[in-house]
Amino acid sequence: MQARRLGRGVNVVGAGMSPFGSFPEKTSRELFSEAVQAMRATVERGLDPRRIEALYVGCFSSELFEGQGQIAPLLAEWVGLAPRPATRVEAACASGGVALRQGILAITAGLYDVVLVGGVEKMSGLPLPEATGALATAADVLYEIPAGFTFPGFYAAMASAYFARYPADPSLLMDITIKNHENGSHNPKAQLNRSIAQVMQRARQKAAQKGQPEPGWLDERDFLRDEHANPTIAAPLRLFDCSPITDGAAAVLLASDDAAAGLCGSPLRVIGSGQASAGALHSRGSLTSIEAAQAAAREAYEMAGVRPADIQMAEVHDCFTIAEAIALEDLGICPPGSGIRAAGEGFSLRGGPCPVNPSGGLKAKGHPVGASGLGQVVEIWQQMRGEAGARQVARPVSLALAHNVGGTGQSSAVHIFERR
Amino acid sequence: MEMEDLPVTHTVYLQHLAAGRLTAARCQHCRALLLPPRGVCPACYHAEMAWEPLSGRGTLAAFTLIAVGLPAMAAQGYDRQHPYCSGVVRLDEGPSVSALIVGEGGAPPVNLRVGMPLKIVFGRAAGLAFQPA
Repeated sequence: MQARRLGRGVNVVGAGMSPFGSFPEKTSRELFSEAVQAMRATVERGLDPRRIEALYVGCFSSELFEGQGQIAPLLAEWVGLAPRPATRVEAACASGGVALRQGILAITAGLYDVVLVGGVEKMSGLPLPEATGALATAADVLYEIPAGFTFPGFYAAMASAYFARYPADPSLLMDITIKNHENGSHNPKAQLNRSIAQVMQRARQKAAQKGQPEPGWLDERDFLRDEHANPTIAAPLRLFDCSPITDGAAAVLLASDDAAAGLCGSPLRVIGSGQASAGALHSRGSLTSIEAAQAAAREAYEMAGVRPADIQMAEVHDCFTIAEAIALEDLGICPPGSGIRAAGEGFSLRGGPCPVNPSGGLKAKGHPVGASGLGQVVEIWQQMRGEAGARQVARPVSLALAHNVGGTGQSSAVHIFERR
Repeated sequence: MEMEDLPVTHTVYLQHLAAGRLTAARCQHCRALLLPPRGVCPACYHAEMAWEPLSGRGTLAAFTLIAVGLPAMAAQGYDRQHPYCSGVVRLDEGPSVSALIVGEGGAPPVNLRVGMPLKIVFGRAAGLAFQPA
């Protein structure tokens, strides 16, 4: 089948995010407004918000987390966009990426020239058991949840199948934790912006303050092996393999070629977009790969006319460490069974051939479900423009990829960006 | 009316389970075996289904011991010291299911490994449960 092409060019001309973290005092509207303000500050030639013609916003479940439905028009009115059309997009953790695709489709169809795509989730309002239950609604409540699965449990089960198929030391997952925390330590907007070494330092200080014996960790891996410091959540995944519960928002401004020229001297061009769906984990052909991500990536690569080896930087969906290993394989960046070694071998470090999650990933940056897919685009914007400060990747980036997954892979959206 | 004549619905699927039968739907057009069962075939889009009982045997395709569990499991006493096992079971007939993997008493089986043979056990859980065969 002939690869589809975007009819009209679509560009990213601004991208910003709120801090990601735990902010009990902030409402989702306030987080969203922070993201929009941050985005506005990045529009080179200034943005009159009245030029925004539509809003697409990714949000998984403001209903369960906040008791608030119909959130898109509320957010639109809050930031002065009413009466423009406002649409909420829900694809669990892929809500942001799928919202991005909706904005792209609207511009490429010729309906609009300037579109705001946002993502927001405010998760800290629920106690952990209720938050866990809210997240579980992204799974199959009839045929998966009665089996006792939690989201760490699903990915832990995938890890068991992965290590059965590709024998390797599961402690390789620690390399992904260490890399993403090191990246996140340079990200002022990241929730967990401390390297593992810094986490250990803090833990030692706390022990000293409490008059407890000094912990005997020799290095980061020793710390991550400590069941007390890094407790098992769902074996083999432990606390430091799991992305946190997060409040946050992100906003990306899209423009047609004509409109982009007046807003930005050197926009990011969207050259590839892909989206796919799948059923519950047990319904799929593979437990060691995410078929919807593979299909979404294929569509994006074909549309862009590029191959995995051309990608110079990727923000991928590391809701759990094993998900980053699987993502690299699904994207064709690493051969099957080798994604688990990319961090330890230096391939995916900021100085490596293909930096992965220089933002800190979902693991260290945080995972406000509806916003994560757009937080990835914010990082790509900053990296491609050389504005990522201390976490700027070693080589200039002119081709980057964002990989967003919903649930265990019921939804996936993949986007490819080019900067000339 | 015989159970076999009842329509292919979620409700009847649960009735079969309650009677100790794991039952799938067989598409009469393309022969696809559907679990969970449904009235319209997602492979060929025809709506001619028949109930087909399964052996309840399979192998463990993926699993985890869950230390921080769902509230419903915590309410049964599972915790960090007493984890439970959730897994994906590949049934001998082809389809896979999500299920609790149970051993003696309320504990998970010992020596869990991908590939271990399992058999369905009824009355142990709200959803499907399997034990070592």
